[in-house]
Amino acid sequence: MDDMSATEVTIALPKPAGRWRARPRLKEAAFALVLLGPSMALFSTFAFYPLVKTFYLGFFRSDPFGLSSNYVGFDQYLDVLQSNEFHRSLITTGLFALFTVPTGLVLGLGLALLAHQKLRGMVVYRTIFSSTVATSVAVASVMWLTLLNPSLGVINYGLEESGFEAVNWLGDPDWALPAVSLTTIWLNLGFTFIVILAGLQTIPEELHESAKIDGAGAVSRLFNVTLPMLSPTLLFAVVVLTINAFQSFGQIDILTQGGPLDRTNVLVYSIYTEGFRNFNEGVAAAQGVALFLIVLVLTLIQFRFLERRVFYGN
Amino acid sequence: MSRIAFRDVTKRFGDVVAVRDFNLEIEDQEFLVLLGPSGCGKSTALRLVAGLEEPTSGEIMFGDVAVTDVEAKNRDIAMVFQSYALYPHMTVRRNIEFPLRTRKIPRAERVRLVAEAARWLGLEELLERRPSELSGGQRQRVALGRAIVRRPQAFLMDEPLSNLDAKLRVKTRAELVELHRQLSRTFVYVTHDQVEAMTMADRIAIMNEGALQQIGPPQQVYERPANTFVAQFIGSPPMNVVRATVAHGGDGLVANVPGGTIPLPPAAAAAAAAMNLDGLLVGVRPEHLLLDGGPVKATVRLVESLGHERHVICDLSPEEFAIVRLPADVPPPAKGETVGLTATAEHVHLFDPNTTLRID
Repeated sequence: MDDMSATEVTIALPKPAGRWRARPRLKEAAFALVLLGPSMALFSTFAFYPLVKTFYLGFFRSDPFGLSSNYVGFDQYLDVLQSNEFHRSLITTGLFALFTVPTGLVLGLGLALLAHQKLRGMVVYRTIFSSTVATSVAVASVMWLTLLNPSLGVINYGLEESGFEAVNWLGDPDWALPAVSLTTIWLNLGFTFIVILAGLQTIPEELHESAKIDGAGAVSRLFNVTLPMLSPTLLFAVVVLTINAFQSFGQIDILTQGGPLDRTNVLVYSIYTEGFRNFNEGVAAAQGVALFLIVLVLTLIQFRFLERRVFYGN
Repeated sequence: MSRIAFRDVTKRFGDVVAVRDFNLEIEDQEFLVLLGPSGCGKSTALRLVAGLEEPTSGEIMFGDVAVTDVEAKNRDIAMVFQSYALYPHMTVRRNIEFPLRTRKIPRAERVRLVAEAARWLGLEELLERRPSELSGGQRQRVALGRAIVRRPQAFLMDEPLSNLDAKLRVKTRAELVELHRQLSRTFVYVTHDQVEAMTMADRIAIMNEGALQQIGPPQQVYERPANTFVAQFIGSPPMNVVRATVAHGGDGLVANVPGGTIPLPPAAAAAAAAMNLDGLLVGVRPEHLLLDGGPVKATVRLVESLGHERHVICDLSPEEFAIVRLPADVPPPAKGETVGLTATAEHVHLFDPNTTLRID
């Protein structure tokens, strides 16, 4: 109670700014700490600390048995960045992103546009289209492992029935990455669909009506109204899909283990192999830091360049 | 195009009938206002003309051609929405230009037409801005610009002034009338604001619950409302309508209303008498009731001052009341005072209590 009245008096008779504001500011800071505390603790434990630790591990080179390690400074980082394995893995990851992101985005957009119509029973389709979001990577991968099976799979059965040759999807070095990409596109489709459908639903109907009266056909409305109004959503989807592509692991581990001939050995899988198969903690850590920086830079570039074409509304 | 007509148009949304057996002819170059309370179907009627809704039954005619199956973009109309529906990602120039681009008008021609529309509406300085950088009034002008740039046969407007402040609304009202005169095109204008309707319309079509109540020039719907709905919707404060019985008075037929008797217009009273009705609805506008110690006794419940006039609310009986409009320079009665009201026969309206229709 004393506190209260003291505050009231000081507000009524303002003293020099520094003194009478100090108390509330301290209180505010304490309150802010209480609110931020839980998430700070979580982030510190699971994000900041591992990040710093990874960076630190990159300075140590392990012996071939993973028993002892020596401080080598940035040498290991340089070795990793200059190694052919890393470059190949980087190219594979890039290709993987290139195969999955644009196709996934276009498919998600297409499905969302179809499902955005007011038709009876549309709810059923919306549920089906978004269902992959509730499918775990492991389940999806096992399912596609069966579908892509060279002798038992439905896909090869269909190919052969229509007069094509069967393909050894996951065993053929030329087909393995496309096959893993196909699985990934399917896996991400539910997410892309839901995000884009939600974006579509925020576009005021009157804009479409106005465009109709202004003489715009369906295609013109898509390019002049829908896509520009959807641009923030599309940017978000591209960023998330790209990050996903660079972080994919589960489907590769289950479908190909990085093979054949390292053709699906994307960065995260390579990190896993180095760290947990070859016990090269230091190399894995260095690759991890490189991956972090690549994703960071890519995201910044996407925001920077795509944002110019994005319209965020009023 | 010439005329726009509704032929027996009905529009249902599920179980809701938005527009019911609607018949209306809008003349070429007419300024027609569709007026009614919210939910009366006036916007749906406008959207039927625009081609944004398809009638459940009946036909929309442009001239002698049924356009019911013609797409909105091929109807040669323009529409101004209540929200203006400007494309937020386009500059003002691109917004106005959009109807020209979709119709593949050559660039040079587009530039000329946009410049002309911008000059007309005073938008030259704003052409490179985005709608989010404009005030409400400026956005409204851009919406108008986008509508007029193509010179369509008809302009459809759905409450275009309702998002403007009162002062700007009055100004824009006059400008729209001027625009209509200069463009010589048909205007169909939807509003719930009777002042807009009265001041702008060549004719007003009043709707309620999906049905057309009356159509006519503003003065006519004010002077000769077709039913009690129109009588009470047009005019502010609304017309006083009370139940009455017809009786023989000194100078012919009079109406016994709560609190006294009022004279009736002879022809209408005779017609009402001939109909053998059980009672009658009698209407008098607040401006036609006089506080002169007349034969109808009432108790003053409340006096509302609006500055330029006063509204005196009088209780005729525990159930019935009447509003009297007094000029500001007339001293008002005190609250609780007993006053005498007079209505002259020529200003008394009669309605059938069963159908609520006017009796002449």
